Amino acid sequence: MAQREAVIPATTTRRLWTWFHRLASPRYFYELAGRLIPWFGWAAAVLLAAGLYGGLWLAPPDYQQGDAYRIIFIHVPAAWMSLFAYVAMAGAGFIGLVWRIKLAEVVARACAPLGASFTLLALCTGSLWGKPMWGAYWVWDARLTSELVLLFLYLGYIALDAAIEDRRKAARATSVLALVGVVDIPIIHYSVEWWHTLHQGPTVFKLGGPSISLDMLVPLLLMVVAFKLFFFAMMLVRARTEVLEREVNSAWVREVVGEP
Amino acid sequence: MGGFAFYVWTSYAIFAAIFAWNVIQPLVHRRRVRERLARRLRRMQP
Repeated sequence: MAQREAVIPATTTRRLWTWFHRLASPRYFYELAGRLIPWFGWAAAVLLAAGLYGGLWLAPPDYQQGDAYRIIFIHVPAAWMSLFAYVAMAGAGFIGLVWRIKLAEVVARACAPLGASFTLLALCTGSLWGKPMWGAYWVWDARLTSELVLLFLYLGYIALDAAIEDRRKAARATSVLALVGVVDIPIIHYSVEWWHTLHQGPTVFKLGGPSISLDMLVPLLLMVVAFKLFFFAMMLVRARTEVLEREVNSAWVREVVGEP
Repeated sequence: MGGFAFYVWTSYAIFAAIFAWNVIQPLVHRRRVRERLARRLRRMQP
């Protein structure tokens, strides 16, 4: 066989690898995150405003649900983010567990309160949508139940983390919990296909494309992106604060904290 | 909101509350941590 030629030049691979290494450095992360947060934050604010305007004013009432469907613009982004945040938390936890990278542990921990918030929001808005539509604030169907389990996983993660003083032991324990619980994510996602649920089936991610009207889909997608940007912004804020605490004995932290 | 006002606006109110907490709490916590670390570092070098 002829000699293999690199598809990606060696210099690019090396630069990428170097960048990943630098990213694991708390100080570099602190500075990079500090620059990114305002961008994520303000972009989230703008997209939230646009999505809310599109969803509450521009989009017409639904022919079946009237104006009650407008809960979708909060409920669906919150539900998707509840899953995304958990996968991020479990992924970062896995990296921290396997490669013992402190920053991965910090990021995992930063995801938890946000993930729990999104899950709570999805459950509450879902409940408020269910009452007028289904006649019940709650049913023990597969989607709702597995999402409730997700909330318990988040709360369990946060409680376990608070219960262990040593940060590295806490990170190990919570990472294991996160990884064990990650099976809930595909269960939540496929619950509407695997079981007969009251919760409706997929409307956006399905074969044949979205069946939702465009003037409702656009604000929905704006809100989805807005929620994602919000998550990144506030996750990085939390992570940066923890980095300061963990690296307090470093000279660079002394400089940062010394400034008013 | 076509008779669904309570359900829709309560949902949006919960959204606003949760987002507000997730903006305020991390920023307040960050300020407290910075103050605590600054105090500790000042005490270490008189």
